Amino acid sequence: MASLHPETASRPVLETRDLTINFGGHVAVNRVSCAFHAGTLTSIVGPNGAGKTTWFNLISGQLAASAGSVRLFDEDITRLGAAARADKGLGRAFQLTNLFPNLTALENVRLAVASRHRIGHVFWQMASRRRDLTDRAAAYLEQVNLGRRAGDLVANLPHGDQRKLEVALMLALEPEVFMFDEPTAGMSVDEVPVILDLIADIKNKQNKVILLVEHKMDVVRSLSDRIVVLHNGELVADGEPAEVIASPIVQEAYLGASADEPAEEA
Amino acid sequence: MMQRLLSGDYPRSRALTALLLIIGVSLALGPFLFPGVRAFSMLGMICVFIIVVASYDLMLGYTHIVSFAHTMFFGIGAYGVAMASDAFGSGYGALFIGIGGAMLLTILLSLLLGLLSLRVKAIFFALVTLAVAFAFLSLVTQLYNLTGGEDGLAMRVPRELGPAFRPFDEPWVGFDVVGFITGLFSAPAGAFQNALFDVRISGKHLMYYVAFVSAVLVFLFLLRMVNSPFGRVLQAIRENEFRAQALGYRTVFYRTAVVIVSALLATLAGVLFALINRYVNPENTLNFELMVFILLMCVIGGMGTLYGAVVGTAVFLLAQNYLQDLLKLLAGFTEPGSLLEHLVGPDRWLLWFGLLFVLSVYFFPTGIVGQLRLWAARRRQRRAGDSPLAEQGDQHHAS
Ligand SMILES: Nc1ncnc2c1ncn2[C@@H]1O[C@H](COP(=O)(O)OP(=O)(O)OP(=O)(O)O)[C@@H](O)[C@H]1O
Ligand SMILES: [Mg+2]
Repeated sequence: MASLHPETASRPVLETRDLTINFGGHVAVNRVSCAFHAGTLTSIVGPNGAGKTTWFNLISGQLAASAGSVRLFDEDITRLGAAARADKGLGRAFQLTNLFPNLTALENVRLAVASRHRIGHVFWQMASRRRDLTDRAAAYLEQVNLGRRAGDLVANLPHGDQRKLEVALMLALEPEVFMFDEPTAGMSVDEVPVILDLIADIKNKQNKVILLVEHKMDVVRSLSDRIVVLHNGELVADGEPAEVIASPIVQEAYLGASADEPAEEA
Repeated sequence: MMQRLLSGDYPRSRALTALLLIIGVSLALGPFLFPGVRAFSMLGMICVFIIVVASYDLMLGYTHIVSFAHTMFFGIGAYGVAMASDAFGSGYGALFIGIGGAMLLTILLSLLLGLLSLRVKAIFFALVTLAVAFAFLSLVTQLYNLTGGEDGLAMRVPRELGPAFRPFDEPWVGFDVVGFITGLFSAPAGAFQNALFDVRISGKHLMYYVAFVSAVLVFLFLLRMVNSPFGRVLQAIRENEFRAQALGYRTVFYRTAVVIVSALLATLAGVLFALINRYVNPENTLNFELMVFILLMCVIGGMGTLYGAVVGTAVFLLAQNYLQDLLKLLAGFTEPGSLLEHLVGPDRWLLWFGLLFVLSVYFFPTGIVGQLRLWAARRRQRRAGDSPLAEQGDQHHAS
């Protein structure tokens, strides 16, 4: 855990300071300050509409902040676009599947691999000649159990496979910060462990920052080093999993608010 | 060899391969297969417009950037060398000054347009290119002491590229294919003899081959480009720009690069046009009608295939040139003064042409190339039984 890495524990990899976005009066993320250290997995929980995805969008640059800042490795990246931030190591898997539908699964991953290797500008070489990239892409597909689907068009893949591909794209970017936004939502029960094992694997083998938005409390409990609770765009609790889950504010704000949902955490 | 030349992007249809071979051979040996001034200038225009349309396809088909400024860049190339020859004479120095100036202006303007494309929505971008193209057209028309206004400019080409240059004393032999085939019906005995004709090699032929070789090189260059890692990113942008950015691709850079490359190639085509046609005016280089024709050639051939640019250009220019003849022929059979005669009169060619276009887009929405590939893929699939792997492998070689 964080405290095991003294030098990284003191310097966060990623930090948001008073990060705020205002959608024409509606403050979806309100002065959220939070720092993340390498080697920790932080779960972000909160009821629907709490601002979790919006906070992610502010961090990885899909949305521009109204106020506050985002810092990566002590550098202010608030003004950078999504591409530049991805380039600096922010990896994002989207909650709503967001892929290249008319390209094959392999080509989707290969685009991520090519970006990681910064060869997107190479126009004089045939893409198919870069066997090394193709092999890497195929390996990432294997990791998410999609090896058989390499040649299929993404549009023809079932929803669960598209979710896995979404994760494979982020893996292929080899980011410093992994941002999973409900990675298992809409997956069938037998597919879920593949993704959870992958996340656990990254956590155990790589010294990276992992952010996980997840509604399933058992998942959150078993994977997290830390839990952050968002409610109405504000950060309302932050700490050790057991402590946060037990805290009155969470019992009221989060567990109370989602009591009308099918009670996964009961 | 072929694999590298075509960058692994084969025609993937027998019929298309055959069609491309016919077009390729006709262009390569054109001056020796089709006698007459008209056929000769037609061949030159096909070479020039293959460059124009293929570079347009890079934008439209591969990156989904709709621009109406392509003729502007074509015109910049054409006027660049024409104005340079007007000012500095017919030497190569003047030619290169013209080319250099045109290229610089093109880079500047296309850079501005490319950077604009990140700020604005696609439809607005299209409108801006339209406005810029119109502004440029009226500028050229108004600066008549420089550009000749509506009257245009005569291009003074270097001696070696003009009709006065005669490298050989003896004529070469040509073989009139069309004459031979029609001859087989009318007078089979002497058909072969009658089909032979003299070709007096001049600088015009040299110029034609400069254009032909340019077209081949540009085509192969573009084929390589769209099949490179860069080309894959273009596809990604076309599919889902938002996601391409999230993967770390600065899409502005890619769009701008595409707009610039495409514009530079259009400029090159304009230079070749001026050298072949030796006369440049707003009508034949900058006209909005010409822009629409480029768009049509691209769509008829099949967007996003590059091969479509070759096929579309050849089919379109042939139709444009020979549909009038065909109509004239038909009009001969109709009663004078009748409604039918009015309908098939040679002046009505644009009407028939429009009709052909509407029908072809209706029945072949993916263009000639798209349709031929679809048929070929279906045939392959049928032959392979119902193997699901047959059709959409990775974009690798299927033929
Ligand atoms: N682009 C936008 N314009 C206006 N309002 C927005 C926009 N994006 C998000 N919102 C609003 O901000 C609030 C937070 O939404 P967000 O998607 O971040 O919630 P979430 O915590 O991810 O919820 P869920 O658990 O359902 O995914 C919601 O009220 C949403 O309607
Ligand atoms: Mg969300």
